[in-house]
Amino acid sequence: MNVHLILFLAFGAVAVAGAINLLAQTHPINSALSLIAVMAALAGEYLLLGAEFLAAVQVIVYAGAIMVLFVFTIMLLNAGVEERTQGSRVAFLFGIPGLLLGSVLLGWVVLRHSGTEAVAAGALPGDPKTIGQLLFHEFLLPFEITSVLILIAIMGAVVLASKPPTHPPGVPARKVG
Amino acid sequence: MALPIWLFILVSVIKSAVVLVVLLTAVAYTVWLERKVVGHMQNRWGPTRVGPFGLLQPAADGLKFLFKEDLTPPHVYKPLFLAAPLIAVIFALTSIAVIPFGNSVTIGGYSIPLQITDVNTGLLLILGVTSIGVYGVALAGWSSNNKYSLLGGLRASAQMVSYEIALGLSLVGVLIMSGSFSLRAIVDAQGGHFWGFIPRWNVFPQFIGFFCYLMAAYAETNRIPFDLPEAETELVAGYHTEYSAMKFAMFFMAEYANMITVACLATLLFFGGWHGPIFGPPILQAVLPVFWFAAKIVAFLFLYIWVRGTLPRFRYDQLMAFGWKFLLPLALVNLIATAIAVAW
Repeated sequence: MNVHLILFLAFGAVAVAGAINLLAQTHPINSALSLIAVMAALAGEYLLLGAEFLAAVQVIVYAGAIMVLFVFTIMLLNAGVEERTQGSRVAFLFGIPGLLLGSVLLGWVVLRHSGTEAVAAGALPGDPKTIGQLLFHEFLLPFEITSVLILIAIMGAVVLASKPPTHPPGVPARKVG
Repeated sequence: MALPIWLFILVSVIKSAVVLVVLLTAVAYTVWLERKVVGHMQNRWGPTRVGPFGLLQPAADGLKFLFKEDLTPPHVYKPLFLAAPLIAVIFALTSIAVIPFGNSVTIGGYSIPLQITDVNTGLLLILGVTSIGVYGVALAGWSSNNKYSLLGGLRASAQMVSYEIALGLSLVGVLIMSGSFSLRAIVDAQGGHFWGFIPRWNVFPQFIGFFCYLMAAYAETNRIPFDLPEAETELVAGYHTEYSAMKFAMFFMAEYANMITVACLATLLFFGGWHGPIFGPPILQAVLPVFWFAAKIVAFLFLYIWVRGTLPRFRYDQLMAFGWKFLLPLALVNLIATAIAVAW
């Protein structure tokens, strides 16, 4: 076994352990920190596969910005320890069969392709220049549609968060904060 | 000639040790410089008692931090309370690993770059590491279980996320001009002169980008006038209210190490890194680039301290309005203008 494979498996183990810990922890902030560990481990996997740019962006965007806002929200709401329940009926009725079905599908796909050659690490383009050209030439339309989607989400958030401009007399203003 | 693997590991360990020692010494003496300069600006002497010009004051401070009682208040959330200062200081020290501080030197036929590691996404790595560093401050504020600390932590995370966008955008102009994420390549692109006498530094075409970077960098390092997370008039000491002894010192070290990293980045991206007049005998020619690099960093640190001695603190709404309504649009305009100018 070479160092690359050992590191790849180690990062994979960290990611899985973090994901399990995310579910097992009762305090939201511990769960959020586990999720950060998962994100960081995934960045490590990307790096080992030769996608340095993706790894750096994964850390900057997910671990550095989105999760900071998660932690921020947990801190702001001062969310306490969550209650343990016996699990919901929906989870038993749909969740477990769904999980089984998903695993069977995944297993089938993996088995069907077991004979094919795996893509070597670094064989696919991972440098910023190639990614930029792919995004802005080949996948320009999906890229722009995604940005419009995000813009709509931002505007929706602003509308939901902003105070109503006027309220008729006699009706109390919506409470903010 | 490439190094054999054992020599490579040995050289890397030596470089890491040297850089770490130099960085920690620089952190200690930045504190001394700050106390001295702010002292003189306020018509005081600053530290004078320990050693000549108070030069041994950092050592005395360090000993004092070591021997102070290390309190852990009973109401804190212990795992994170202990982890927070470590997170802050570890990530502050990590980002120095990709900073190049000079050209390669040739020893015994091997060419050794003056940099711990030259990764081709060096700039992104620094941005990523510093964006993780905010957890130290945020978690310290939350785990202290104290409302002043919590407010400090909240302010820090909101402020850093807001100014990170302007910081990132202000750097894109430089990236467009040099066409690389590697800090070494960015510095190499700044060699030579405009019209034979003005150094080809990015600060001249990218002065708006530099302005945005400088403002955002002050906010990212929680320095006056953006030091809301530890505003002592409102929040006692902000996120590190409950910390004492070495744990407090770790936050202190992290803040000053971040200042130095930010000054390094400003030097590399906008002020030509180690480029400067090279003259004299060969030994002087070898040392001068590192000297120019250090001199530019000291100039930036002095600017930091100067601003601290001059300006009052922003109000929180002013901070957010400045970041989102002024700095971010300005950085965007600069980005578009640079893109158009380069594409021309």
